[in-house]
Amino acid sequence: MRTATRSIFLHGMRDGFPIGMGYFAVSFSLGIIAAKAGLTAWMGFVGSFLTRASAGEYGVYSLIAIGASYVEVVAMCLVTNLRYLLMSTALTQKFASNVSLLKRILVACCVTDEIFGISIAYPGNLPPAYPFGAMLISTTMWALGTAVGIVAGEILPPHVVAALSVALYGMFIAIIIPPSKRDYAVGISVIASFLLSWLCSVLPTVREMSAGTRTIVLTILIAAVAAYVKPIKIEDHDEA
Amino acid sequence: MKHSLLIYLFIMVLVTNLIRVLPMTLIRRRITHPFLRSFLYYVPYVTLAVMTFPAIMQATSSPWGGFIALLFGIVAAWFGWGLFPVAAVCCIVAFVCEIL
Repeated sequence: MRTATRSIFLHGMRDGFPIGMGYFAVSFSLGIIAAKAGLTAWMGFVGSFLTRASAGEYGVYSLIAIGASYVEVVAMCLVTNLRYLLMSTALTQKFASNVSLLKRILVACCVTDEIFGISIAYPGNLPPAYPFGAMLISTTMWALGTAVGIVAGEILPPHVVAALSVALYGMFIAIIIPPSKRDYAVGISVIASFLLSWLCSVLPTVREMSAGTRTIVLTILIAAVAAYVKPIKIEDHDEA
Repeated sequence: MKHSLLIYLFIMVLVTNLIRVLPMTLIRRRITHPFLRSFLYYVPYVTLAVMTFPAIMQATSSPWGGFIALLFGIVAAWFGWGLFPVAAVCCIVAFVCEIL
């Protein structure tokens, strides 16, 4: 590995570590559900390592526990993870034009809410080594948390689990607030997102929507309105 | 019909990663359409905001704990604190709210 690439990889690992700590707490509780579905610690480790989707895995393990059909599992994966389609699409615009297809595909596989978040926050073009580093450490902790959760069950006190699970949202906040400060259109979009997301969770009928579906519908709606009202200026700094 | 645990897991791994990979294989170039570019510019912030609120209030045992953690997080991020410090502030505030 070249020195520059290695330092970017290490940078990714450093940013991936707090994400991994949050993951560990969340996947620990996921492991408790996976145990109910009959998964062994190894299955939980490998399944989580290769999937890396909190809501998606939660949905699938609950389906397995009730012996649902394979078609239902496919549908569950599509609905709970469809936001990754949007995130990957946004990331396609973040690469320098000389990044190979293989690396793009591998970066796509790294996409989780958090890895996507820090990748978007990376200044300028995204060097693949950054999400790789972040993914390596956070995914390992994610998989480990699932396995430990399956074996150890409810050992961590609920206070600690609750406090740790807020970490992920803290990271989201750290990503969305600085650009909101710089660009008022982003700020207004963020406030609108908070309000509409909250409304959708309390209003009758609409609140029946799953969190995954709500994320997709609101993202498309709000981003489309923002793009229509306040289109960004086109800069072609990376056409080379 | 008896379902296999391994097939369940295989479907989960396959479908979830296909969703991630699909756009990467289809979109290789820079999008020039002004509306699409603007749309993709806003997507990340809107998605993360939608996922943060009100979900953060459901992560703690009382909604207030999550809400106060959110406010502290916003203030810390506003003053330019990084990912880990903001996350830590949120955790500490949430933990204090939990034990109060």
